[in-house]
Amino acid sequence: MKNKIFQTFDEALADVPDGSTFMSPGFSGVGVPRNLLAALHRQGAKNLTGISNNCGSLDEKVDVGTLIEAGQVKKMYAAFTSPTHPSQISPFVRMFNEGTIDAETVPQGTLAERIRAAASGIGAFYTPASVGTELAEGKEHREINGRTYVLEYPLHADYALIRAWRADEFGNLQFRLAQRNFNPIMAMAARITVVEIEDEIVPVGELDPDKIHVPGVYVNRLVKIPADGIFD
Amino acid sequence: MAEEKPKLQRQAMCDRLAMEFQDDWIVNLGVGMPTLCSNYVDPNKDLIFHSENGVIGYGPLAPAGEEDKHLVNAGGQNVVPVPGMAIVHHADSFALIRGGMVDVTVMGAYEVAENGDFANWRIPNRKGGGIGGAMDLAACAKQVFIAMEHTTRDGKPRMLKRCALPITAPGVVTLVATDLGLFKVTAEGFELREHAPGWNPEEIQELTEADLLIPSDLKEFRFRD
Repeated sequence: MKNKIFQTFDEALADVPDGSTFMSPGFSGVGVPRNLLAALHRQGAKNLTGISNNCGSLDEKVDVGTLIEAGQVKKMYAAFTSPTHPSQISPFVRMFNEGTIDAETVPQGTLAERIRAAASGIGAFYTPASVGTELAEGKEHREINGRTYVLEYPLHADYALIRAWRADEFGNLQFRLAQRNFNPIMAMAARITVVEIEDEIVPVGELDPDKIHVPGVYVNRLVKIPADGIFD
Repeated sequence: MAEEKPKLQRQAMCDRLAMEFQDDWIVNLGVGMPTLCSNYVDPNKDLIFHSENGVIGYGPLAPAGEEDKHLVNAGGQNVVPVPGMAIVHHADSFALIRGGMVDVTVMGAYEVAENGDFANWRIPNRKGGGIGGAMDLAACAKQVFIAMEHTTRDGKPRMLKRCALPITAPGVVTLVATDLGLFKVTAEGFELREHAPGWNPEEIQELTEADLLIPSDLKEFRFRD
């Protein structure tokens, strides 16, 4: 069995080239791969394209906003291209409105399904979300059984940065409660999937095959979060 | 001065919408004011609260000291699990939404129009917006309820003939609670169902751009018992 375990986050992301597309999961601060994002920030890759629910929160924690603020990201795909309350100003909002970063606003369910489609070999799909709004403008529409849908395409990535609760050495993953959110679909949609593990990495065979949320065949690299790492 | 009269509190507005929830409904509450709907508990109704991050069947806010950092609702508030709770990933959570499983979604809004359009994700002169899951929910939930203040901070109407801001979904709103009353969206426009105490229909109309329908059985706003 190939060794997937890396000792440090920096080693696990050392090969990320400029211009890569990365996925960063998390919802309301839960399930965010903060240690890997901090490592990608240190690594310094530039001209990145990010796929994430939001474009950075207003708190001081490391998230996708850390890379945005550092100028490492040229484009974001996100359901929140402003904070939840659009009157609030984040570093991303300032850069977006100044034109120093590009972004596509994607309804959250469409975002999730575009990622899932990439993971599952689907060429495109029709969804009723956004029909009749400015986000559907310019997109192919189709009426199916009396309802109007818009065509949406998959979102692929070079790297997925993942936060999981537990793994085995082969990379089979388990998540805890709402930590799951975008993590499983992103883990399956990227070419290289790198996972930070909150609880422990156990020997192969110790996880119940019926209780695995992402099969290890999708996982390339694992790092256990050290005691002095970021857990919340 | 009509504007100085007491208006309805946010909790009363959300209580009133929650009274319309039916037994066994799957309910999705938007971030902000709509979360207050979960404070109205009717022991005769079993509701299932769904949050778009894949939590199906969550309970009240977690008491201080008993938070589980991995369990949050859509607004990032720590909630407690209830027996029977289930967790799915984000794509499955929105499969549930688009699949028509959600009986009602309650959202805040900047504007609602008499044709059932509403706007709640973008403000003028700003690129981008906070759409989140609102478009998926609005397009696919069986009903869309709105809780919002009747006018903007500077007194301009939010209940309009047509939305001025970019809309979230066309023609989906069924019921609106504002701090001046309860409004049903009908094929003919907004029908004032219940008025806030001390407010008559003419005063409410004055603060509303759309023409209100005033039914003969207009009632005073219903509060929790």
